[in-house]
Amino acid sequence: MANAMKKADVVIVGFGWTGAIMAKELTEAGLQVVALERGPMRDTYPDGSYPQVIDELTYSIRKKLFQDLSRETVTIRHGLDDVALPNRQLGAFLPGDGVGGAGLHWSGVHFRVDPVELRLRSHYEERYGKGFIPDGMTIQDFGVSYEELEPYFDFAEKVFGTSGQAWTVKGETVGQGSGGNPFAPDRSDHFPLPSQKNTYSAQLFQQAAAAVGYHPYNLPSANTSGPYTNPYGVQMGPCNFCGFCSGYVCYMYSKASPNLNILPALRQAPNFELRPNSHVLRVNLDSSGSRATGVTYVDAQGREVEQPADIVILGAFQFHNVRLMLLSGIGKPYDPKTGDGVVGRNFAYQNMATIKAYFDQDVHTNPFIGAGGNGVAVDDFNADNFDHGPHGFVGGSPFWVNQAGTRPIGGISNPPGTPAWGSAWKRATAENYTHHLSMDAHGAHQSYRDNYLDLDPTYKDAYGQPLLRMTFDWKDNDIRMNQFMVGKVRRIAEAMNPKALAILGKQPGDRFNTQSYQTTHLNGGAIMGSDPKTSAVNRYLQSWDVHNVFVPGASAFPQGLGYNPTGLVAALTYWAARAIREQYLKNPGPLVQA
Amino acid sequence: MSADDILDSRRSFLRKSLTLIPVVTVAGSGIGLGAAVVADPAPAQAKARDEAAPAGSGTAYQPVFFTAEEWAFVNAAVARLIPADATGPGALEAGVPEYIDRQLTTPYATGATWYMQGPFVADAAPEFGYQLRLVPRDIYRLGIAAADDWCGRQYGKRFAELDAATQDQALGLLEAGKATFDAVPAKVFFSYLLTNTKEGFFCDPIHGGNKGLVGWKLVNFPGARADFMDWVERGERYPIPPVSIRGERA
Repeated sequence: MANAMKKADVVIVGFGWTGAIMAKELTEAGLQVVALERGPMRDTYPDGSYPQVIDELTYSIRKKLFQDLSRETVTIRHGLDDVALPNRQLGAFLPGDGVGGAGLHWSGVHFRVDPVELRLRSHYEERYGKGFIPDGMTIQDFGVSYEELEPYFDFAEKVFGTSGQAWTVKGETVGQGSGGNPFAPDRSDHFPLPSQKNTYSAQLFQQAAAAVGYHPYNLPSANTSGPYTNPYGVQMGPCNFCGFCSGYVCYMYSKASPNLNILPALRQAPNFELRPNSHVLRVNLDSSGSRATGVTYVDAQGREVEQPADIVILGAFQFHNVRLMLLSGIGKPYDPKTGDGVVGRNFAYQNMATIKAYFDQDVHTNPFIGAGGNGVAVDDFNADNFDHGPHGFVGGSPFWVNQAGTRPIGGISNPPGTPAWGSAWKRATAENYTHHLSMDAHGAHQSYRDNYLDLDPTYKDAYGQPLLRMTFDWKDNDIRMNQFMVGKVRRIAEAMNPKALAILGKQPGDRFNTQSYQTTHLNGGAIMGSDPKTSAVNRYLQSWDVHNVFVPGASAFPQGLGYNPTGLVAALTYWAARAIREQYLKNPGPLVQA
Repeated sequence: MSADDILDSRRSFLRKSLTLIPVVTVAGSGIGLGAAVVADPAPAQAKARDEAAPAGSGTAYQPVFFTAEEWAFVNAAVARLIPADATGPGALEAGVPEYIDRQLTTPYATGATWYMQGPFVADAAPEFGYQLRLVPRDIYRLGIAAADDWCGRQYGKRFAELDAATQDQALGLLEAGKATFDAVPAKVFFSYLLTNTKEGFFCDPIHGGNKGLVGWKLVNFPGARADFMDWVERGERYPIPPVSIRGERA
């Protein structure tokens, strides 16, 4: 029998970026908010204390801040007829664990979105015709426009303290020759901070990209280029490029995180409570199944606790949101054979390729210098910035040098053909580590009818509940796009005049491989849209079926972006919070009529 | 693995943690006296020790997890994976055997953060990653015994008793999966041994490896300096030598 807590106005599941943003917005609206985070309390002190945090083994290698798979993981299979196997060790993706979630250990690349990608299906049909989109590709529009989201992108950048260079502000060009991106959509304001300095590797990329005719720009980075105070009154210090960024807590108070940028303000609110070590098992529904009554969680002592609430926010990581919906019976589960149902539909990822360049001893790239959001990129082949017609694939990719800091256990890289051990390895390692750089094509990934999420029939978590099952593989469109992008990045790489290149791209027949890190940018499964037959949540991230459940996060993306997702996740969360504050509270019910 | 093994692992983990506490406290105070409590009192002495140390007897460290036979194997193997040579000290001089032994008394040793519920499908395609029911302690215990048995059949001696060229040949056969073990796949054993060796060569010395910061010196990694505000834009060799969490300098 679960202990019942005092009823709250709002219960939030997960305290990463979306949970923190929702908590701030809804406490501002005067609501009593309880946030449940299944991992431990984490903050700059003590988790980011110098010098203890400058420890590659503990953080990058033993993965201290990431999800503990012994309690819960996902299972993975390539196709509908295969038996899924559990992801036993972290590899391809690294979800967070604890207060701040992945927002505590992320890198900080802080993009908006290319407006075309918010209406991807409509755009492709208009420009290239309906027949251009291959059979089985289930891309669709988000149901919200860039213009609608612009004020929320702007505010999120101000909360995060983002460094960058605008191209246009209110239609006026301001970024020419100073690191702006000519493909970027118009903005209502400048970035709150100017761009960060560029590492030498990024400078090499900038020069080479310009030499082959592309348009390099400074990556928008949620690592500070100078001291900053955000709209919540929280102070940040300047990033010093320590090189311990992705996978670490920032000891310099320079990388935006829910812990640094929002939690200090929330702590001042008497109507907010954060409960770490609280693992939510399910959302409870009333007897009609159309209204949530709260959630049930397991506390640190293993006791089941019921937290009643009028509004439930699912603010966990992408696939945890989807799993909670499936475990709770919110929305109809997706069936890939019939195409019916919505929860689990359109699971998509990131279509990465990486090229490493190795130089002679007189080129010092010093890869240990870095900041997670820092770098130089080109958008010439992102979104639909080039004519896809002759190439016959859907999707685009930004390219960049994003030197986040590369340390020797995980970051030693030698030219292809180098032995893995012995004196030859050692000599090559001494010659290459500070003389190499890495560049990526961070490709968009599309959604397909048979890439989806459901509950595994065999494997269970530590609480006896079924694991989430991923059915996922690369498709022909993905391989061909990847090969096209590699060809373009290679032009930049060769213009740097390296002594050797290593090309890590996809080949025909390659299957999804769980072993090597790709990105933690997983999308979909509880997607937003205009039609309840093809989306789980409406344009305000409100469940079509249970109107007092809202589901922010990349779980709402109908397909993967060319850019990193956090900027759009944050803007959509502020957008949904505004709809709750201004519409839902006055008249609780569906915000969009089905 | 029996419950006793796990309890034993936890006890030794606690024991190791307790011995580490003063070290961390000193480093946390920022005074930089940490060097006083480490095995190598001064870089010059450490260097002399490194040069004098014959393979297999490099440190006074007493292994907690490894038996004497296993310890001999690990000392011999890491000395071939990252050898002392013209580029500088190798894994043995860096204290990698101590590092691995200490790792095998941490939660890593028992796969504490891995999903280890069955059913296990050991012959799954490599794209699905690790699917064995073995944890690192098992991989070492079973793998070293199997490798020594295999060397005995192949060469008539234990691995540690072979000459360097034969050891290299044996390791190459393990790496390629051409040596076949029953208890643990040879390639899996080799990959853990190699991965852990590199970890021990390049980790912060707080974990027992990279003694004298020899791994960082080899590649010019500055360790825990972690402040490059004035070097970000410069395409020049970084001139300041490494420092560790405890304040050791090279």
